Amino acid sequence: MEHSIIISGFGGQGILFLGKILTLAGMNEGKEVTWFPSYGAEMRGGTANCTVIFSDELIGSPVVSNPDTLIVMNDSAFSKFYSKLKKGGLLLYDSSLINGHEERQDIEIIGIPATEIASRLNAIQTSNIVLAGAFIAKTGMLKESSVLDVLSETVPAKKAKLISTNKKALLNGIKYIENKKS
Amino acid sequence: MKTRILMKGNEAIAEAAVRAGCRFYAGYPITPQNEIPEYLSWRMLEVGGVFIQAESELAAINMVYGASAAGIRAMTSSSSPGISLKQEAISFLAGAELPCVIVNMQRGGPGLGNISASQADYFQAVKGGGHGDYKIIVYAPYSVQELWDLTILAFDKADEYRTPVMILGDAIIGQMMEPFYPTDYKKPELPDKDWIIDGCEGRLPHVIKTLYMGDGELEMMNNKLQKKYKNIKNKEVISEGHFIDDAELIVVAFGIAARIALSSVIKLRRKGIKVGLFRPVTLFPFPENELFLISDENKRFLVVEMNAGQMLEDVKLAINGRSEVLFYGRTGGMVVSPEEIDKKILSLIDLKCNVKM
Repeated sequence: MEHSIIISGFGGQGILFLGKILTLAGMNEGKEVTWFPSYGAEMRGGTANCTVIFSDELIGSPVVSNPDTLIVMNDSAFSKFYSKLKKGGLLLYDSSLINGHEERQDIEIIGIPATEIASRLNAIQTSNIVLAGAFIAKTGMLKESSVLDVLSETVPAKKAKLISTNKKALLNGIKYIENKKS
Repeated sequence: MKTRILMKGNEAIAEAAVRAGCRFYAGYPITPQNEIPEYLSWRMLEVGGVFIQAESELAAINMVYGASAAGIRAMTSSSSPGISLKQEAISFLAGAELPCVIVNMQRGGPGLGNISASQADYFQAVKGGGHGDYKIIVYAPYSVQELWDLTILAFDKADEYRTPVMILGDAIIGQMMEPFYPTDYKKPELPDKDWIIDGCEGRLPHVIKTLYMGDGELEMMNNKLQKKYKNIKNKEVISEGHFIDDAELIVVAFGIAARIALSSVIKLRRKGIKVGLFRPVTLFPFPENELFLISDENKRFLVVEMNAGQMLEDVKLAINGRSEVLFYGRTGGMVVSPEEIDKKILSLIDLKCNVKM
């Protein structure tokens, strides 16, 4: 089974990092996984996106046009990729930043107030990790523990304080989806 | 090496080069290979090597010429338009028999083209590129693991044969991250570098040059080079086959196109379609015997490339009319998708034996 995810938003929102976290967690779970970024002249404020693919076998192309899941963090990313999501696919978006619409009936659309949740943790920059939490809670694609491990490993030593904040952000993202379910 | 690590393809090349003992890098920025100089700009300092952001591509590769002449393992990297600029010096390096590694992370062409992935520099890499009768060894990696392994091998083969070696990648393989095993480097037995320029006190000077004006001198030099290329052809071919034996249609592809095609082939095999994949890993030397041996009148070949049909010519030469050879390609930085290849394969199989999907 192959599962492809496109993550998109502004440069500076941690789009590529969110992709890397999921990729590393997938690797540590023994999956085949690829990460492919947009690599043009992006900078803070511009658009950034990356594609992450999980599979049990060789991943042919790390580039996809119609992903299984979309995680978007700004309006232009929402409109750019909305119509490209596969039938039956999952769209997660930061509803604090995006006025999402739900015209398509053939996909599942979930708004998560990721920026708001992150602000409540006094760490607005962890909104991407909130979405990571929502993603794993919704899809079961990765274990909570492997993402938590990756968060501890990838945060540089001088930012060690951020580890616990990131973990809280992840758990809050998971909680948001679980509360919705019940 | 027991656990996998995650790196961008470009970074994997840079680190592999350092592990293989590369201590001189010169380059000039161009997308999509900038992570190589970026990484080496700090990494070379850690290992006491030299990193230079040169004033141009020409300067960079001529610096590599100098470093190599002094006996240092040296590398430069660029992408298509930048590699075109380096061609004169590649001819000089080949003529002077100087070992070095040149990385080309191909982008769309011709001209400045675009920054998307392409395989349109096949002819340039394999057929010479610069002037004169020369060849360089060309490796076509299709995964980050192979970028690591083949970069290491490239440095050894460069020294073994005293020749430039090219890693012919593309924007996708350079930009993507995937897990790989960072195997340790074990230096093989290699000939002494008894030809380098390192000061001639107490001995006759060594001369490294490409100008031979004496009667017949240059032909002798050419004969020596041709003998070397023949030797490389005999010993250094690398290729791999998947599901070849009973295949009615064999896809031939290199680099990223081979990887995309292989994922199609695996899928179609599961549905009982008799399709296989042949992948040259070395583009020079080209696996011509290997291809000839799997060809016969009952098989057909489909060459898939991200160009207008370049390796296609070498496949046709190798198969020499024994099997039908067809082509599917995309140009201008368009990446072939597995679905496109599925469709192409099925249309061909359909025609021949009426298998319905």
